[in-house]
Amino acid sequence: MFGKWTAIAKESIDRAAIVARFLCLLHVTNTYIFSPTLVYGPSMLPTLNLTGDVVLSEYISHRLGKVGPGDVVLIQSPENPRKMITKRVVAMEGEVVSFLVDPSRSDRSRTVVVPKGHVWIQGDNIYASNDSRNFGPIPYGLIQGKVWCRVWPIDGFGSL
Amino acid sequence: MRSTSFLWNVCKSSFTFGLIGLTVSDRVASVVRVRGLSMSPTFNPPNNTSLGLFTDDHVLVEKRCLTDYKFSHGDVVVFCSPRNYKEKQIKRITGMPGDWISVPFSYDAVRIPEGHCWVEGDNPTDSLDSRSFGPIPLGLIRGRVTHVLWPPQRVGKIDKKLPRSGLSF
Repeated sequence: MFGKWTAIAKESIDRAAIVARFLCLLHVTNTYIFSPTLVYGPSMLPTLNLTGDVVLSEYISHRLGKVGPGDVVLIQSPENPRKMITKRVVAMEGEVVSFLVDPSRSDRSRTVVVPKGHVWIQGDNIYASNDSRNFGPIPYGLIQGKVWCRVWPIDGFGSL
Repeated sequence: MRSTSFLWNVCKSSFTFGLIGLTVSDRVASVVRVRGLSMSPTFNPPNNTSLGLFTDDHVLVEKRCLTDYKFSHGDVVVFCSPRNYKEKQIKRITGMPGDWISVPFSYDAVRIPEGHCWVEGDNPTDSLDSRSFGPIPLGLIRGRVTHVLWPPQRVGKIDKKLPRSGLSF
């Protein structure tokens, strides 16, 4: 009779171990390889839609230092570490950036050199984007992943 | 036949242990070796022997704090250096968002912006910290140091020392 309980305990431990292994595999894939991400907001129009797109983002390039100008990246916001934002890398460290400070209000432009270890990010929709023009260049370490292609909506399928 | 299935089992087990170990080290806690003297005497206190793998301090870094980023004054944290994302540094948080920090040897005061913090080493003479590179975004933090695990005579919890200098209000 006691043997029955040990058999049940052993089977539940086995099942729990399978679930634990699966969750660990999910964590490693979502952190180190690639995962789908829902992105929304007006700052990357017309590249990304306002109401939300599901994109596949990969987490290998930024660890190898292979992120460069023109890449759309996922970054942790320097103003709130719990928020992830999507912007495009415009310049890497050492490069000179000329940008319009507030294009909807004036024609004023500024020129800045990106310091070592930092990148300059801007949204494609410069009229409605809170980016490096507001909070300055961000350290490369805040980049979490690179956007690879869009999977939803279906008619927008393909690499960005 | 038996040797290939044995090899396959070894591969499967090591892959599983690797996955579980990586997940635990990312989400729960990991052990990190402290190099350098910027946090003396909290870590690597000065002594006559040279620093090496067996004399450097090893500390426990907990990762549960990365779910909500609730840090406070006196926490010792591991973060990616803003000058070089590949390097990780260990310093103590001495300023939180909204604090004013007085810059040494000048009359300036710097206000720490939202989402950033001011980090300083416990050994100010030998520490490259926020006094050189300014406040760092909280998103660069990769964990909080809670205990010293090695050497055995100094195993114990880390104290939360409050900042000695600068203004915090």
